[in-house]
Amino acid sequence: MYSKIMRESQLQEHNRFFLNMGPQHPSTHGVLLVVLEMDGEYVLDPQPVLGFIHRMHEKMGESRPCQGFMPNTARMDYVCALPYNHGYVSLIEKKAGIKVPKRAEYIRVITSELNRVASHLLWLGAYLLDLGAFTPILYGFDDREHILDILEDVTGSRLTYCYYRFGGVYQDIDDKFVEATRAFIKRLRKRYDIYEKLVTKNIIFIKRAENIGIISPDMAIRYGITGPNLRGSGIAYDIRKNEPYSVYPEFDFEVPVGERGDCLDRYMVRVSEMEQSLRIIEQALDTLPDGPVRSKVPKKIKLAPGDCNFAVEAARGELSYYLVGDGTSVPYRLKIRVPSYSNLSCLPELGQGILLPDLVSIMGSLDLVIPEIDR
Amino acid sequence: MVFAVIIIISFIFLNAVMMGYLERKIAGHVQRRLGPMEVGFHGILQLVVDGVKLVGKELLVPVNVDRTLFRLGPILSFTPVILPLLVIPFSEKLQARDLNLGLLFIVSMTSINVMAILVAGWGSNNKYSMFGAMRAVAQSIAYEIPILLSMLAVILMANTFSLKEIVEAQQKIWFILLQPLAFIIYIISGVAETNRAPFDLPEAESELTAGFHTEYSGMGFSLFFLGEYTNMFTVASVATVLFLGGWHGPTLPYGEYLGIVWFFLKVYFLLFFMIMIRWTYPRVRFDQLLNFAWKYLVPFSLANILITAVVIKL
Amino acid sequence: MKRYFSDLFVGGKSLVDGLVVTLKALCQPIVTVQYPREEIDITPNFRGHIDLVLDPEKNTFRCISCGMCERSCPSECIRVKGKKVEGKKKKTLALFTLDFTKCSLCGTCVEICPTQALEFSNEYNLAAFSKEAFHYDILKRLEERII
Repeated sequence: MYSKIMRESQLQEHNRFFLNMGPQHPSTHGVLLVVLEMDGEYVLDPQPVLGFIHRMHEKMGESRPCQGFMPNTARMDYVCALPYNHGYVSLIEKKAGIKVPKRAEYIRVITSELNRVASHLLWLGAYLLDLGAFTPILYGFDDREHILDILEDVTGSRLTYCYYRFGGVYQDIDDKFVEATRAFIKRLRKRYDIYEKLVTKNIIFIKRAENIGIISPDMAIRYGITGPNLRGSGIAYDIRKNEPYSVYPEFDFEVPVGERGDCLDRYMVRVSEMEQSLRIIEQALDTLPDGPVRSKVPKKIKLAPGDCNFAVEAARGELSYYLVGDGTSVPYRLKIRVPSYSNLSCLPELGQGILLPDLVSIMGSLDLVIPEIDR
Repeated sequence: MVFAVIIIISFIFLNAVMMGYLERKIAGHVQRRLGPMEVGFHGILQLVVDGVKLVGKELLVPVNVDRTLFRLGPILSFTPVILPLLVIPFSEKLQARDLNLGLLFIVSMTSINVMAILVAGWGSNNKYSMFGAMRAVAQSIAYEIPILLSMLAVILMANTFSLKEIVEAQQKIWFILLQPLAFIIYIISGVAETNRAPFDLPEAESELTAGFHTEYSGMGFSLFFLGEYTNMFTVASVATVLFLGGWHGPTLPYGEYLGIVWFFLKVYFLLFFMIMIRWTYPRVRFDQLLNFAWKYLVPFSLANILITAVVIKL
Repeated sequence: MKRYFSDLFVGGKSLVDGLVVTLKALCQPIVTVQYPREEIDITPNFRGHIDLVLDPEKNTFRCISCGMCERSCPSECIRVKGKKVEGKKKKTLALFTLDFTKCSLCGTCVEICPTQALEFSNEYNLAAFSKEAFHYDILKRLEERII
């Protein structure tokens, strides 16, 4: 890519130029540099440049005992942090053979799904902000505020949760939580109408999102795209259904799937996923068992030699942790496979010869969070 | 005459301040929050304080720019939009100058705005600004035609170019009832001419970091800002004059002078509508914008003229 | 040809619907709070920086300066020192500082303390002009609370 920049003087003969959608830009959700080779209004070749927010989380995971990595998991993807917590905690439990009480599993599922709804609400607002509509983000934030208040009451934080522990959760939920969650579910179901009328049916939005950035199923599999982007292309792959973990098999929910694989389908998949998450939360609240929320865990967890892998469904796709232990409590290798990395990798192919506003629309619909790419 | 010009110019500043405040308050309440609240009672002095801040900023002129063009851009953007206000009849006796070809004068003045944007974009020596400027030129040129054609329908009915006589011709019935299609086309094209959302690609914030006025700071930026609001006011007042009956309304004492009250009510109603549109819809993509103008607005306005001409003949 | 007109009408109607939504929102009450002139109550479960618990019976701290919190903190932001006092068998707490600029509010120290001597405070509106303002002396903060 840098050799391309050297060629700029040659390109000027052909009327092409380089444009930096720089690290500081209102539309790239985080610090992402996309070098665009442009011909007039058309983007010929977008090349993402990563690494501006590399904070060495994996190295931190390899230099402290496994208990000490918990706060880092929330800081990688701060928009939807609880599934990250969930993945790491389940990984260590699988490795060390720790059992989790039923009530704790239910609480984990409820809070993870609430976080997923919050993440999708934020995505909806941010996508429309990229497209130029300034109000839906504030309506989304209004709803999200309720979720954040509910989760603050039980976990103590609003964004970077450190709530799950090996063997359960930090503290129990009470009736106030259950009531507030039920009230929120009722409230969000009434608000669907607003989003429907203001956004989904809006002709300007449809024209900006229909038939833009079509990801074919073959291309999605080649690049390793997961999550709502994959489901928008027609492949019904959801880790919660295909490789179930925790207590997801006990709940009845559907996996929404799109048809064409354009931005509008990805949008519809995420909106439907919000409803499915609400269904899961309702069922979990109805069948919440009693019992302890934490099981007894040794103070120092020794990781037996060998490797271990655990995958969860984060809001953006498949998140998996890979651990190699060496007998001590400090992992030898901790590798985190984040969904946005693979989702971003299809951008050079998708962005060949499109208009700049379309590129913005595609990047918005892929739901990238750059800090998790760079870890 | 000079007195009227001075009054108009000072009035414009006040008006832009009022509109800016109104826009921020409406934007706030649409988003379920209060707008500015700190300065003055409910933030009414906010724009004044903003103006003072902008005036106090350093006037940056980047290296490698064409200095004349760079400085000329904001001036060229602000001045021609004041001139149309000289011919608009605010009330029966309040009109600075009644030109025989008032409407033609207005249209020609608003076309200079295109050049101002081009000058500003080119003179900034910045890829983003150039982008914004080129988009603005294509957009403005494309949307001038529906404006002219919808105005033509009213001219056919009123038989004159002079604004005063057009208002007087609406004594019995306002033209909006006779020409609803022309009104809609005029409003849409007017919003596009002033580069307001959903047609605000030249200054698309999330794509091009402020488009053609990226490089301007302080007074230059505020001149663009004032120019945009005044342009909106001009579009709304021309729409009021042509379609909503100008200063006609239930009679008031000193009716010849106080017709201005009805005029302002109508203008601010239209401005409220234009502000609401900005905060509701996402941005239209560039080629869809041109598509819309050429494939939808122009045929409909031509058909409108045809029908008007046929009906008048009969 | 039919699609031309149907596009226009469906599109136009959707735009009007959207405008109705924003007009309705214009008339609805606001949902924000004018901070800092009005403040919202914070839930007691909120995680502010840690504080020593003031034991109501002993009227002092419960900390036995074992150092478990210092050892288990992943960010190494706690310093605990005990000193020997004559007449008492065990050490008493002499120094307890927290470097809040490094703390990630994970809660490990609160959980792992054998005497439950630590709790989360509720302070959320913290602002200062220098980093040193966030190097808290937790023992001093407790001593100010002892009546």
